[in-house]
Amino acid sequence: MNFIDTFFNWDVLTSSMPLLLSGLKVTLLLGLVSVVAGLVLGLAIALVRLYAMRPIRLVAIIYIDLFRSIPLLVLLILVYFALPFIGISLSPFASAAAALTIVSSAYTAEIFRAGIEAIPKGQFEASQALGLGYRHMMSDVILPQAIRVVIPPLTNNCINVIKDTALASVVAMPDLLKQATQAQALEANPTPLIVAALMYIGLLWPLVLLVGRFEKRLRTTR
Amino acid sequence: MSSIVSIRNLSKKFAGFSALKNINLDVSEGEVVCIVGPSGSGKSTLIRCINLLEEYEKSGSVLVDGIPVVRGEKLAMVRAEVGMVFQSFNLFPHLTVLQNITLAPVRVRNTTRTVAEKQAYAMLERVGIAAQAGKYPGELSGGQQQRVAIARALAMQPRIMLFDEPTSSLDPEMVGEVLDVMKKLAKSGVTMIVVTHEMGFARQVADRVVFMDDGEIVEEGTPQQIFDDAREERTRNFLNAILQH
Ligand SMILES: Nc1ncnc2c1ncn2[C@@H]1O[C@H](COP(=O)(O)OP(=O)(O)OP(=O)(O)O)[C@@H](O)[C@H]1O
Ligand SMILES: [Mg+2]
Repeated sequence: MNFIDTFFNWDVLTSSMPLLLSGLKVTLLLGLVSVVAGLVLGLAIALVRLYAMRPIRLVAIIYIDLFRSIPLLVLLILVYFALPFIGISLSPFASAAAALTIVSSAYTAEIFRAGIEAIPKGQFEASQALGLGYRHMMSDVILPQAIRVVIPPLTNNCINVIKDTALASVVAMPDLLKQATQAQALEANPTPLIVAALMYIGLLWPLVLLVGRFEKRLRTTR
Repeated sequence: MSSIVSIRNLSKKFAGFSALKNINLDVSEGEVVCIVGPSGSGKSTLIRCINLLEEYEKSGSVLVDGIPVVRGEKLAMVRAEVGMVFQSFNLFPHLTVLQNITLAPVRVRNTTRTVAEKQAYAMLERVGIAAQAGKYPGELSGGQQQRVAIARALAMQPRIMLFDEPTSSLDPEMVGEVLDVMKKLAKSGVTMIVVTHEMGFARQVADRVVFMDDGEIVEEGTPQQIFDDAREERTRNFLNAILQH
């Protein structure tokens, strides 16, 4: 058996393709749900962290630090295997989405906080002096400026979340990695794993390039 | 004449340091008050208490148009009546000149966009830069930016305008154009409190000059009384030092 037949076997590829594509779909869906939910939750937590009353702010700080310290795999296993003991049984997808969202929101919150804190104090003061309320100050003045600063790190975080969806295969999620290992066992050939790796790269490389582009643009406009 | 701004027993501490000590000041409708004094004397802190950009000690009070300036639901309303122009302009860099000016009238006063834009053009006309409406602040000179900032504050039709050293961060050749706009406002009856180091402006435009030192109002009076005939030694020393330059 030669190298090509082992790692790039055409017959194995075509027969395992449907399985791989269904896995890719699950991975994309899980990634999308977690990224979007993580963004929304992260922004909310960042605002609480910055502007809420002290005790509530403390809760946000603990949340952010705690979920940046815990390995995602550990959290995922806790959610999937430990929560049922207190009567909370989540599907593999829900468990994975919950764990990914929680961790992503902790990182996103820190990114948003740094972005908001990078806005000069004068922007807040000018808004307040004009009589803008907190909501309009944030939505019309502060966040539009912060967004520019946070887009590169947010895209980075998005890449990490999509990569980490692969961990969901340990809770029997039929994601891309899980389906690839399944197909590899079925066919007794590693070609599906190679194809899965290429799919991950094809998905994430453009995002990596995008981050570089954003960062360059930010450097030149400052 | 009724007071637009009424300040009683105002004190302000920064971590134990007294930046303002028992200040009393009344400003009437249409009056132009210039505040002068050495660096660190509390001039900025004083006018920033008028729209609560600084919190002050509970023992004192600030009233704008009879309404106490305190945290609460009325604060935004009071702030809408107090226009402020900063040393560093603080324009919104992501918005055009026109959007900078219409933002607050649309959001706070619920003015329709069409009306707000019409008023914005009128304000830009007033400060002499109607041609720049579509530009971003970063594309304007310092003097133009500060005039936009003045137009932005005026667009809210405030009862009073506060200026905190509006020409101090400008290149010398642009100071005149901003002072000219302010002179025009003063003539048209806008109530103004101006913190400034421009003694020529104060002498020419002010109805009253307030001299501050070390967190206190040392002396106040007409420009003639302060500049030509100061009673207090501290005032004379300050003015002598400034006029040396
Ligand atoms: N946020 C702050 N925290 C601590 N101290 C402050 C703060 N703001 C002002 N101060 C202090 O309060 C005093 C008065 O400051 P203020 O800025 O009002 O002076 P000023 O008269 O406006 O001076 P300048 O002409 O330099 O602008 C100064 O001693 C200053 O160091
Ligand atoms: Mg000052």
